[in-house]
Amino acid sequence: MSANQFKSPVVRWIDHRLPVFSMLHHTAHDYPTPKNLNYMWNFGSLAGLSLAIMIVTGIVLAMSYTAHVDYAFSSVERIMRDVNHGWMIRYIHMNTASFFFIVVYLHMFRGLYYGSYKAPRELLWILGVVIFLLMMATAFMGYVLPWGQMSFWGATVITNLFSAIPYVGESIVTLLWGGFSVDNATLNRFFSLHYLMPFIIAGVVVLHIVALHRFGSNNPIGIDTRGPQDTISFHPYYTIKDVFGIAVFLLLLAVVVFFFPNAMGHPDNYIPANAMQTPAHIVPEWYFLPFYAILRAVPDKLGGVLLMFGAIAVLFILPWLDKSPVRSARFRPLFRIFFWIFFVNAIALGYLGGKPAEGIYVILSRVATAWYFIHFLIILPILSTFETTKPLPKSIAEPVLGGFSSTPKQAYAAPRRS
Amino acid sequence: MAKLDTNEKSMPEGAEEPGRRDFMVVATYAMMGLGAASVAWPLIDQLNPAADTLALANIEVDISKIAVGQSITVKWRGKPVFIRHRTTDEIARANATDLMDLRDPQMDKARAEKPEYLVLVGVCTHLGCVPLGQKTGEVKGDYDGWFCPCHGSHYDTSGRIRKGPAPTNLEVPPYDFLSDTVIRIG
Repeated sequence: MSANQFKSPVVRWIDHRLPVFSMLHHTAHDYPTPKNLNYMWNFGSLAGLSLAIMIVTGIVLAMSYTAHVDYAFSSVERIMRDVNHGWMIRYIHMNTASFFFIVVYLHMFRGLYYGSYKAPRELLWILGVVIFLLMMATAFMGYVLPWGQMSFWGATVITNLFSAIPYVGESIVTLLWGGFSVDNATLNRFFSLHYLMPFIIAGVVVLHIVALHRFGSNNPIGIDTRGPQDTISFHPYYTIKDVFGIAVFLLLLAVVVFFFPNAMGHPDNYIPANAMQTPAHIVPEWYFLPFYAILRAVPDKLGGVLLMFGAIAVLFILPWLDKSPVRSARFRPLFRIFFWIFFVNAIALGYLGGKPAEGIYVILSRVATAWYFIHFLIILPILSTFETTKPLPKSIAEPVLGGFSSTPKQAYAAPRRS
Repeated sequence: MAKLDTNEKSMPEGAEEPGRRDFMVVATYAMMGLGAASVAWPLIDQLNPAADTLALANIEVDISKIAVGQSITVKWRGKPVFIRHRTTDEIARANATDLMDLRDPQMDKARAEKPEYLVLVGVCTHLGCVPLGQKTGEVKGDYDGWFCPCHGSHYDTSGRIRKGPAPTNLEVPPYDFLSDTVIRIG
């Protein structure tokens, strides 16, 4: 990368002393990207966009929000009614939170399906799980800020999770609350942390991208790129594809913001917090429901908390559970079946988490919870040993260009037949 | 974008005509610019006063209780407003002042709807401090009006700048008499 390729002398002057333009050019322009990426590879840029939208609208909302138990609820209502465009900014913030999770879940399922977590991208995957954890903490604390009934009782229930820890649990909960219940001190610290954490996420995102660019993107057939014939430059090919994805994303976001702004929320949160009365049916935001289902599936306080955190912890060790050298599910017929079972199971957990904890729902939650862990801890290790995978193409270019390399046609024709 | 053009095989060498692709690129950037501007506007406009702030932009003040020579301070739009019930002597001195002596020449008549009542925004036009001179015993400056202690601006009995760094007279807020004893400011 030489600096003199920039036309503007000002850019050249700056870049010679502070190579930011070379760095940007390197990461977002020249970056060689596999030429066979499908639309599932759009969700990374969409997640980045979501984070940016959340930070911008969040900073703006903080200008009119009051983090005090007596004023929080009415300051949010004031944003909705009196602040110029406040209703729109808050609805964008609220709904982009949901869209952020949709996009990130799709991004994660993409990684699971195409084996993007495997060597040499283990740290890339782990950084992603760290971002996911930080997102969940940020979203939870953000949901507390409007100080409605769901905010208050969500905060109470989630902080009480820590009371399950033997011996020190109660002390930890008191520490989190800054008092003897969720109160003003809790609201203040949650606001402080809710403002801080997106910037920590942004920092981890930078690491995530650095790790990504070390070996480049994975791709739908999951084999390594073997040279220029397998890649195209990021700009303009993937920038324009990402822009197209962004246009679709923003269109859907606009539909929800302007026509169904409260569809993914809960009406009880428009009732001011009341420490004397719990709503009849409390549920977390939809994106926590699968984990909430796991929590409730276990008839033991500590056990439920451990399994719930375990459901995320297992993602950290995933690269070492699935040792199959073949990345993409396209060439793993059994893995592919189990992937879709896992996918349906995860959706089912989400559904069950939103249902009351009684009758058949409890039993189904237990089955689904068990399957979640069986998939990671038993199925994946077994598959990586016993599964017969289909033959891999020799290169990314080969199936497309045909006869590009000197390999016999049979080698790449074989995977298509079955 | 230059990269794209070099890949354009269909266009003959040295063709001058701007291609359809150039039009698409310009159109795309133009639409992105429009989109960015329309998103930026609500984010900037939210900094402007909110509806509840604007709703408090007028106040009504009963001035019947102000004795001659006395001043009161009321809060309007977050700032002090001075209302002085001037003595005939103060009015006479304000009228007698030669406009040539003023930095910001203005007739006293133009500054008070009814000469007995002088209504001023009590914010020094220099850098925004509140001048002294409202309460008995406070320094009123060399011209018997107001004196700003921050940087030493002297205002006369019409609130006009006479000495010190302030560039203009104390501002007269928009107001009108709803009756002989009640004024509405704002």
